[in-house]
Amino acid sequence: MLRHLMSPLDFTTEELDRLFDLAGDIEKNPGKYAHACEGRILATCFYEPSTRTRLSFESAMTRLGGRVIGFSDAASSSAAKGESVSDTIRIISCYADICAMRHPKEGAPMVAAEKSLIPVINAGDGGHQHPTQTLTDLLTIRSLKGSLSGFTIGLCGDLKFGRTVHSLINALVRYQDIRFLFISPEELRVPDYITDMLGKKGIPYQEVIRLEDVMPQLDLLYMTRVQKERFFNEEDYVRLKDFYILDSAKLSRARPDMLVLHPLPRVNEISVEVDDDPRAAYFKQAQYGVYVRMALILTLLGLA
Amino acid sequence: MLNVGKIEEGFVLDHIKAGKSLELYEHLQLDKLDCTVAIIKNARSNKMEKKDILKVECDIHLLNLDVLAFLDHNITVNVIKNGEIVEKKELDLPRQIKNVIKCHNPRCITSIEQELPHIFYLADAENEVYRCKYCEEKYSPTAKA
Repeated sequence: MLRHLMSPLDFTTEELDRLFDLAGDIEKNPGKYAHACEGRILATCFYEPSTRTRLSFESAMTRLGGRVIGFSDAASSSAAKGESVSDTIRIISCYADICAMRHPKEGAPMVAAEKSLIPVINAGDGGHQHPTQTLTDLLTIRSLKGSLSGFTIGLCGDLKFGRTVHSLINALVRYQDIRFLFISPEELRVPDYITDMLGKKGIPYQEVIRLEDVMPQLDLLYMTRVQKERFFNEEDYVRLKDFYILDSAKLSRARPDMLVLHPLPRVNEISVEVDDDPRAAYFKQAQYGVYVRMALILTLLGLA
Repeated sequence: MLNVGKIEEGFVLDHIKAGKSLELYEHLQLDKLDCTVAIIKNARSNKMEKKDILKVECDIHLLNLDVLAFLDHNITVNVIKNGEIVEKKELDLPRQIKNVIKCHNPRCITSIEQELPHIFYLADAENEVYRCKYCEEKYSPTAKA
C-alpha cells in the first residue's frame, strides 16, 4: 500500500521504534545500505529554499545508492508557469520513485499525496508541519539518552510560532513519564491548545520565563530561534530576538548529562563557546537527520 | 395564523432557529431542485418561542443531511410519506464536510489553488471544532461562507 509522511503522528510509536532501530543500524553499518536504493530516484520538490533539509534528503538518498532530481525554488519549477501541485506530482510520479516536498503553503504536500503514485514526504509546509525534523529530534533523544521516556525536557525561546516545538510536544506526549518546562517570554508562550491538551492528558508542565532557574532540573534543553518572518512588527522582533542566549555560565548550572538540542540554524541563542561542551548535541542532531531520512526512504519504498 | 398545506412526500425541517431558514435553503441548494418548497419564518413555538420551518416536497435522499447537521444539529428532520410522518431523523455532527465552508487561512494551499475542495473534519466533537483538512486551521463561525 502506498504510504506517505505528512505528520509525525502518521506513524504509531511501534512503527517509529522500527524506523529508529533501522536508523540505528544504518549508523552502525552504513556499508550494508550503500546500494539499498540503487536504481531508485528521489525527487526533491522544494518550492521555497531550504538548504539544510534539501541537502539532508539528497545526502540520505545518495548514501543509499540512489539518485536525486528536483528543483530548489518555485521560480525554477513549473509552478512559475501556474501549474498546480496536483499536476506537478502526477508528472513527478512518472520521473521518480519517491518525493520530498517543501512548500510555503500549508497542506500542499497533502494535496500532492492525494494525487501521487509514489510516496510523498512532507519536507515542511509553511508554519504547519515539518515531520522529518520531529523524527530527527526523536531519534537524537532516543540515541543519546537511550529512551524516549522518563525525562524532563525544557523547550526554550519562541514557543508560540515554532512549529518544530509544537510538533515535538505532540510526538512526545505519546511516551511515558515526560515532564515539560516551557521557557519563553510572555509574548511567545506556548499556545493554549497545547497546554489544554497536556492538562487533559494529565501530563505535567510548567511555564517559566527565566532559563537559569530551571536549568538544574533539565535532562534535555531544546533551544529555538526567534524567527523574524513570524513577526509583523520589527520592534517586537528586535526586543525578543536575544531574550535567551545560552552561554557557558548558564550551562554551568545544568546537569553533566543534560543535552542541548536545536533544530538549527541558530543565530544568537546559543553562544559559540557552548559548541565544544560535550552536552551540545545540535550538530550530532543534523547527522541523525540524515540517518532518519535514510530509514524513512527505505521504509516508504518498502525496502526496509 | 398562516396555514401551509400538508405535503404528500418529502421532508419537513422543524425547529430551525428563527430567521435561519433562508440560509439553510441556500446551503441545501434547494433552488436547484425542481420541487415545491415552503419557507415559514417566525412560526410560533412552545419550545423556542419563534422558529422557522422548511417544507420540501422531494425525495429525502436529495437532502444533504451532513450539511444540515453541520449548520444546526438541533433541527428536527421529519420524513413524510403519504402525508404522514414516517420517520424523525436525529442529526449527528458530520465527521467531514466538503465545500460548505471555506478555509480563510491565507497560508493554506486552498488560498492559491482554486480548484481544490474545501474539506473540514470534525476535530473535537465535544466542542464542535472543525479543522481544515489541509492546514488544520480551526473553523471560525464568524468567517462562515
